[in-house]
Amino acid sequence: MTHANLDTSIPKPEQLAELVRRYIPDARVEVGLFSGDDHFEMRVISAAFEGKTRVAQHKMVYAALGDHMRKRVHALALTTSAPQ
Amino acid sequence: MTDATPSDPIQQGIDNLVKANEVVLFMKGTPEFPQCGFSQRVVALLNHTAVPYAAVNVLLDPAIREGIKIYADWPTIPQLYIKGEFIGGCDIITEMAANGELEALLAPLRPAQEN
Repeated sequence: MTHANLDTSIPKPEQLAELVRRYIPDARVEVGLFSGDDHFEMRVISAAFEGKTRVAQHKMVYAALGDHMRKRVHALALTTSAPQ
Repeated sequence: MTDATPSDPIQQGIDNLVKANEVVLFMKGTPEFPQCGFSQRVVALLNHTAVPYAAVNVLLDPAIREGIKIYADWPTIPQLYIKGEFIGGCDIITEMAANGELEALLAPLRPAQEN
């Protein structure tokens, strides 16, 4: 997956949510901003997290966000869990 | 847990820091003067546990700042390591402090109270 055309733009919350849903198909994702336009907060609930450590769960979300995480997203407050 | 290769001196140096300290926090700034809100929060949570920890200011060394992300395969700073294991960043530590997991991990490392 490449984001070559997005080099200068800050993603919108819904774009980030869509990336996560694409990578983790059953994910319930809520994304908002807690400061400015590049400080995101995200909650992800997915059965794919079942039995995984929180570190592993967060890595799955980071993988979904790809280059966005490394370059465009200044800050991401992340909460992950499996469905109750 | 890591892609560290002995031939990479940066990864080797990070590995040494992680293994030489029971509790080590890679952060922006210092515990006295954190330079990022996320680092500041983890410092506050750690200070609250009264367990001593080492802190590495990644702002002083761009090679460590980038290298630590590779070491843990984790894109953000701060990063907390306990007994050689990557525990998490700000969100995970906050969660673990709230649900008692952080205390459970750190309690055995707390120095005995004198007097």
